[in-house]
Amino acid sequence: MISLHWYMGLAAALFCIGVCGFLTRRNFIMMLLSAELMLNAVNLNLVAMSHYLESLRGQAFTFFIITVAAAEAAVGLGIAIALYQHRRNVHTDSFTELKG
Amino acid sequence: MFTTFFFWYCALVILGCGLLAISLRNPVHSVLSVLVLFFHLAGLYLLLQAEFLAAVQVIVYAGAILVLYLFVLFLINLKEELKLDAFVPGVKLGRGIAVGLFVLLLWALPSFTAGQHGQWTSKLIEENGHVQTLGLEIFTQYLLPFEIAGVILLMALIGGLVLAAKIDRPADNKTASVPEASGQQMEKHP
Amino acid sequence: MSISILAIPFLPLIAFVLTLLFGRQIGTKVHWLPIAAVLGSFCCALVAFCRVQSGEIINADLYTWIQSGSFRVSVGFLVDQLTAVMLIVVTSVSSLVHIYSVGYMKGEEGYYRFFAYLSLFTFSMLMLVMGNNFMQLFFGWEAVGLSSYLLIGFYFNKKSASDAGKKAFIVNRFGDFGFLLGMFLVYTQCGSLHYSEVFAKAPQIGALTFSFLGMDIHVATLIAMLLFCGAIGKSAQIPLHVWLPDAMEGPTPVSALIHAATMVTAGVFLVARCNPIFALSTFTLNFIAILGAVTALFAATIALVQTDIKRVVAYSTVSQLAYMFIACGVGAYAAGIFHLFTHAFFKALLFLGCGSIILGMHHEQDLKYMGGLKKFMPVTYITFLLASLSISGIPPFAGFFSKDEILLMAFCSDSFAGKVAYITGLLVAFLTAFYSFRLLFLVFHGDFRGTEEQRHHLRESSPVVLVPLCLLAVGAIGSGWFGIPEALGGSNHWAHFLNPVLGHPQAHVAHSTELVLMLVSVLAGAGGIALAWFMYRLRPQLAPDLAARYPALYRLLHNKYYVDELYQKYIVEPALWVARNVLLKGVDTRWIEGVVNGVPACLGLFAQVLRGLQDGVVSHYLAWMGGGALVLIVLILVG
Repeated sequence: MISLHWYMGLAAALFCIGVCGFLTRRNFIMMLLSAELMLNAVNLNLVAMSHYLESLRGQAFTFFIITVAAAEAAVGLGIAIALYQHRRNVHTDSFTELKG
Repeated sequence: MFTTFFFWYCALVILGCGLLAISLRNPVHSVLSVLVLFFHLAGLYLLLQAEFLAAVQVIVYAGAILVLYLFVLFLINLKEELKLDAFVPGVKLGRGIAVGLFVLLLWALPSFTAGQHGQWTSKLIEENGHVQTLGLEIFTQYLLPFEIAGVILLMALIGGLVLAAKIDRPADNKTASVPEASGQQMEKHP
Repeated sequence: MSISILAIPFLPLIAFVLTLLFGRQIGTKVHWLPIAAVLGSFCCALVAFCRVQSGEIINADLYTWIQSGSFRVSVGFLVDQLTAVMLIVVTSVSSLVHIYSVGYMKGEEGYYRFFAYLSLFTFSMLMLVMGNNFMQLFFGWEAVGLSSYLLIGFYFNKKSASDAGKKAFIVNRFGDFGFLLGMFLVYTQCGSLHYSEVFAKAPQIGALTFSFLGMDIHVATLIAMLLFCGAIGKSAQIPLHVWLPDAMEGPTPVSALIHAATMVTAGVFLVARCNPIFALSTFTLNFIAILGAVTALFAATIALVQTDIKRVVAYSTVSQLAYMFIACGVGAYAAGIFHLFTHAFFKALLFLGCGSIILGMHHEQDLKYMGGLKKFMPVTYITFLLASLSISGIPPFAGFFSKDEILLMAFCSDSFAGKVAYITGLLVAFLTAFYSFRLLFLVFHGDFRGTEEQRHHLRESSPVVLVPLCLLAVGAIGSGWFGIPEALGGSNHWAHFLNPVLGHPQAHVAHSTELVLMLVSVLAGAGGIALAWFMYRLRPQLAPDLAARYPALYRLLHNKYYVDELYQKYIVEPALWVARNVLLKGVDTRWIEGVVNGVPACLGLFAQVLRGLQDGVVSHYLAWMGGGALVLIVLILVG
């Protein structure tokens, strides 16, 4: 039997991969994808805990997180398309109008 | 024995695909590796006795969201994209932060203590079926969040439509160039 | 506390609020409300007077005003014999002036504002005299100052009027400063500001001294001197008298009410009210008597040569107030209050008479253009004559009894100051009669010296102006009869009435001596009248001749001893210089503006550094965020 700690370690690793991608990729769409990785790391964590703690609360949370992730993807990609229409690329470092 | 093996298989594929996804230059390849990752995540869900979530993972995440990503990637000019650098200038800093975070999380992991156990033992779930138990949980205890989730999805639907709709701008070039020019000026005088 | 006592101050307050809020809408009929309020107040004051007469003293707190630690001040009312007298004076004169103003202020711009301010003043003055503690006295003190300022500057479009208002306010500040310090000292010594507690403890502080810079200072003297500072300012004594003549820029009813009959007497009231404190300090009493004598002579001599009718009466007011202080200085507070009472009537009458003349002359105030008004304005003439006789101390008019009482008390005083005050007082009585009748003769007798047009429009004022004059004339004649001295077969009811509050020094002289003194003072008054008759009726050329022969003296008097010029040169200009060059250029522009501008400049610099962080590159933000999260996790895990 795999212990809960292994699942949590895996989730932590996946989360850090997501963070790394989020911090390092230039492409806005790839940043969103990295965010999805982070969300999935959290989902894995929740489902694993739900299983080991014999409660369905974590799974219910996962369900809602998937819903919100879908919404986030829809809006985020809509923004990506709007950005692309505006500037012909989706690189975050080319959008610096908000600087002080 | 099989479960242990299956877990390690899935874990390795997940980590490998994750690393590939954030390091591949071509976004389409990244998305495809994430697709593989999601399937293996669904496998882990199965291992954790969450069949319904595994199905949702495959159908919604892999089937819908990632396809959406792919569609959007096809809308933008990928050829030009491939010529440019895929990473931001401070890539080492980002990686350092991520690695630091990982180390810290692993360091904190042994101090984790499990909370109170609930009533849904794996045996009980097995008897009733996962879909029924989760459905019971969601439609009784989480009814209001469920409805709100529906509203959020509706908002996302409308928001995505509004954002992605082609806005007809007659003076598109001018409005685009003005902030750029001022941005450049401000860069010259920090 | 009975409602009739509360109604005395609060009816005018209600009238003030309503008039100010709705006066513009009500229009020309707005005067009914304040008049009704002040008449109601007068009736309540009469009721209160009768209650006091029957021996009832009202001293009750309405509510606690300030409570801070052991410091407690309440809004409360004390109606004793002294307050009852003051209530009668204030409400009666105020009612008559309210009625008079209907005629005088007719058609003026800001008619409702005028009545609102008059009501405010009445309220403030009543609060001043009715308070049962120093704090409320101070409230009234400042509030009458404020309403005085508002009314002096009523014609605020006129620069001289608004300047006069400011001058009155600022000059009074000097006195109020002393008064405030005195109040603080009273609190530190007695632990309370309520009259009853303070005066109960007054004998104990009589022996106290404290050492300051190696000098032993008598606490009671210090308190009395500081309180007297306030009285000097409010009652326009030397050296703070300069505001009162300038206050004549205000409308004449205001001059009558505030600057002759009521507000300026607040200083005398203060000294009388605090007589247990003043009694502890012989030095202060002597000082008051001497200052009174000097001011009386000073103002009377100035009044001899002034040509503006209101200014003559104004200096006469300063002089008469000084009389009251002489009385207080020799310990005869009752005599001082008696003179305050009679003076309120004949001085208000003189002022309102001046107002009537000014109305008739179409706002001409210079004596040079008057003369012979007797046949045009008979009622004004008669009442003015009665007031002049009263102020000159001719029996049986009111002024005779009060002035004689003061002179008698000064004569009987053991102190040197009392003797000086008596001699001066006698001289001033002579001068008073002289300048009063000089005014009368120049205005009403002889030939008219104004323009033909003025002569054409010259007519007697309307009944609404004349009725208050006649009523005041009754007061100017009869108000002295309350205190007919025993030497004349009276019972000196006045002194007995006020005895519980003010005490009454016994005059250690035989009735025959008293009668001689009376004769002397009457002769002084009559001599003044006779001289005025001689100089301005028989030999009209004599006055200009004298002025030509002694030009220096004439100029000195005409320019009021150059006090204003001295103040201008040695106080106002240096103060302005300091204000402009040190405070404005140095403190204000360098320090204050330096701080005010420096803080945002520093913040701006800081922001300039910080804005570098906001470079608009999302990945940088994310890096910061990730780093921050990392630091937080470290802190949580380590901590």
